Amino acid sequence: MVYEVIVGKDGGKPHRLELEKAGDGWECRVDGQVVHVDAVIPRRDVLSLLVDGHSYEIKREQTATDLHMWVGSARFAVELRDPRSLRSRQKSAGDEKGPKKIVAPMPGRVVRLLVAENSEVEAGQGIVVVEAMKMQNEVKSPKKGVVKKISATPGAAVNPGDVLAIVE
Amino acid sequence: MFKKILIANRGEIAVRVIRACREMGIATVAVYSDVDRAALHVRKSDEAYHIGPAPAAESYLRIDKILDVAKRCGAEAIHPAYGFLSENAKFAQACAEAGVKFIGPTPHSMNLMGSKTSARQQMEKAGVPFVPGTSRGLASAEEGERVAERIGYPVMLKAAAGGGGKGMRLVHTRQEFRSALESARSEAQRSFGDSEVYIEKAIINPRHIEMQVLADEHGNTVWLGERECSIQRRHQKVLEEAPSPIVDPDMRRRMGEVAVKVAQAANYTNAGTIEFLVDQQKNFYFLEMNTRLQVEHPVTELTTGLDLVHLQIRIAAGEKLPFAQSDIQIRGHAIECRIYAEDPDNNYFPSPGRISLLLEPAGPGIRRDSGMYEGWTVPMDYDPLLAKLIGYASDRPQAIMRLERALYEYFVAGIKTNISLFQRILGDADFRAGKLDTGYLDRLLAKSDPAVASLLPGEIKELEKIAAIAAGMFAVLDPASHKNGNGANNSANSASPPSKWKQKGRSEALR
Repeated sequence: MVYEVIVGKDGGKPHRLELEKAGDGWECRVDGQVVHVDAVIPRRDVLSLLVDGHSYEIKREQTATDLHMWVGSARFAVELRDPRSLRSRQKSAGDEKGPKKIVAPMPGRVVRLLVAENSEVEAGQGIVVVEAMKMQNEVKSPKKGVVKKISATPGAAVNPGDVLAIVE
Repeated sequence: MFKKILIANRGEIAVRVIRACREMGIATVAVYSDVDRAALHVRKSDEAYHIGPAPAAESYLRIDKILDVAKRCGAEAIHPAYGFLSENAKFAQACAEAGVKFIGPTPHSMNLMGSKTSARQQMEKAGVPFVPGTSRGLASAEEGERVAERIGYPVMLKAAAGGGGKGMRLVHTRQEFRSALESARSEAQRSFGDSEVYIEKAIINPRHIEMQVLADEHGNTVWLGERECSIQRRHQKVLEEAPSPIVDPDMRRRMGEVAVKVAQAANYTNAGTIEFLVDQQKNFYFLEMNTRLQVEHPVTELTTGLDLVHLQIRIAAGEKLPFAQSDIQIRGHAIECRIYAEDPDNNYFPSPGRISLLLEPAGPGIRRDSGMYEGWTVPMDYDPLLAKLIGYASDRPQAIMRLERALYEYFVAGIKTNISLFQRILGDADFRAGKLDTGYLDRLLAKSDPAVASLLPGEIKELEKIAAIAAGMFAVLDPASHKNGNGANNSANSASPPSKWKQKGRSEALR
């Protein structure tokens, strides 16, 4: 199998990862460099990896949008692509231009709106207040622009990833 | 002894009390709201009854519903634990009227301690040290200046009716006094409709140290040692330890004796905690009394060898304390980390949600009081405390090492937790030196995270490579559960064993 792997948020150049079954273990090529590994999944989302006698326990954390690998206490955002797949090439680039969705960071309840539609906002300005576990949190605008649409309504329950507003 | 106890609480502490009851052969009754049907305390109890919707005001705070459950199921006593109704004198009163024993102090003691002024007058009579100042409002600016001169600057002006920092002013010099008094008074008038302001010596960077007491219903009161609780954020404790790094046996005895005096002055019964502010010269001043079991009670249990919940229940059943003050020995060192559902990358904002993976530490000297489990959805309606991880060892450095090891083993995915915060605190030089005060944590968080800087670029590169290989191995070995990217192509599938369900289905179809 051949994958393109990007480690770390926002860019970093993709590594070419080749995995080939070899005896009891696997022969991995990372950007052409050969590494022999032994890999076992003792339980879901946990991987035991032996590399040259070094033992790593890696934990996988998946959300609707992100994939993270925990190596010890270090967390790495990872994006895995199959270069033969068309879909993975259509990944939208998260650039600063164009409309930006403002999404709920966690489940909660919309307490109030801090701005009205069509108002101008600065980067970092609070747009919506969401409450969870007795704490109120301002969800902020990632960029300077105009609030095109507010889909949050005070009192409504929201889930992580729900679009609260769009800033353009 | 009671045959059945209702636990009017949820989360880790309800589980803690249920465990004590089971150890003592007492049947347990849980209550739960709409969102807590699958909560651990419901699963672990002998009986469980629904008491209403998610908001606490409509469930865990409903005295009528809880007493109704107690009557219907024949519970003889109610354990309130902490939070919710635990310090509600009306609830204790209602229990007494319903003929159900409230496991805690009498409503009279609770009322006395709940009111700042009545508590202070009672305590002053008993010779309890307070932060120097006036306990009544200032009659004039001249009087205020005289008092400030006597107790020494800096001083704090506080609204008598106040709270939450409103009507409070820190005054460093005599020149600032009059204008500060004016503004404190007008703010107090605006906020509380009462311009009365009193004056106290300002304690800069105080420590928060508390003393555990136990009192039976036969007039015996003992102290069980202090807990250092200076590591706080937004007035919420984050890490506690016993003993305090700065308290020596003499200071401990003096604090203990004052705590017993406070409890006796209030005719206090059952478990209680006396909170003190401690200044840089190690003078301690009475702050308030918490009339309940504390979140951080395990550090006292580990260093005294006592089980406070067992003792609470025995005291409530009318038993005498089974030991005297001279029998209490403080041994070893215990540190508690409060594991909260909070996002360290988002200013420690609460992070409820479903726990997708949970790996929990164990081994020597580790105690875990937890209310969570893998697959459970942490509701957004309550306090974010998930669990308490407590390390116990023969001394403080060893307790720190143990906890660092246990935190390395602890892993929670699906929600965010503050586990990384404890790795930072335990590795911090000031923490290790015991240099703590209530401003410690805010100062630590203002610094950049040393864990990020401690890895060399070469090491990060190596770990990134491991992460990349791991992502690929997950995709190959466990393609079905892999969502990200389009990892599960045909050749990857052929490398994994076929689904057992599919095989089973096919073999059944063949029969």
